[in-house]
Amino acid sequence: MSLRSPLSKAIGLGSAKHGFSHWWWQRLSAIVLVPLTLWFVFSVLCIISGGHAEAQAWLSAPLNATLMLLFVLTGLYHAQTGLQVVIEDYIHLKWLNLLMLLLIKFSAVLMALMATLSVLKISVGV
Amino acid sequence: MQKERPLSPHFQVYRPQLTSMLSIMHRVAGVFLSLGSPLLVFWLVSIANGHASYERWLDFSSFFLVKLFMLGWTFAVFYHLSNGIRHLFWDVGHGYELDTLHKSGYAVLASAFILTSITIVFAVSQGVLS
Repeated sequence: MSLRSPLSKAIGLGSAKHGFSHWWWQRLSAIVLVPLTLWFVFSVLCIISGGHAEAQAWLSAPLNATLMLLFVLTGLYHAQTGLQVVIEDYIHLKWLNLLMLLLIKFSAVLMALMATLSVLKISVGV
Repeated sequence: MQKERPLSPHFQVYRPQLTSMLSIMHRVAGVFLSLGSPLLVFWLVSIANGHASYERWLDFSSFFLVKLFMLGWTFAVFYHLSNGIRHLFWDVGHGYELDTLHKSGYAVLASAFILTSITIVFAVSQGVLS
């Protein structure tokens, strides 16, 4: 038996029910990003002095392509969920809140797709 | 239906402490890192698009302001990473004692500075000048 009044349900008060999931995946992506980020910084430093050919050759190796893509996609996901919290904390104007949220999620998807297609093109020659 | 209620004053009243300053810095670093993500994607795209495109990236990344941004981004990476690990310890319930908070806080700052310095030294030795 729910103790919530019908009015509270209609107004939309109470838990959003997706809080734990958000918290959990934020932590999971964080844990994965610890070794991935260290690998990323180290790798970039190794290929930064080379030219295009070296960068392309390096990134076309399956392991490097996989880890790079994992880093970018997990990073974008972690960033998107993190920024969501920041927006919810500071923007109380409902339309602006929603607009910022949608902009950020859309940009994240856009960048994820661009990164994926780029890495695929480099490693597979799509 | 929302009444305008007064917010409790914080920035104007609370004395800055290590804990609160590191906390807001973690958030600022996170937002700053997000701002740099288009740059990362731009780099990947310019590799994929071929030699001429990569030359354009090299020209772009040779600007002083871009290099400065990447330097700041590097520090943000290591700070957010180190403090993030500190956060993960809190998530499993460890490290809330006051002296532990201070020790871990200073350790995070030290770690961020040291890792950034190592990266700078490495980059300079590769001839990239930051």
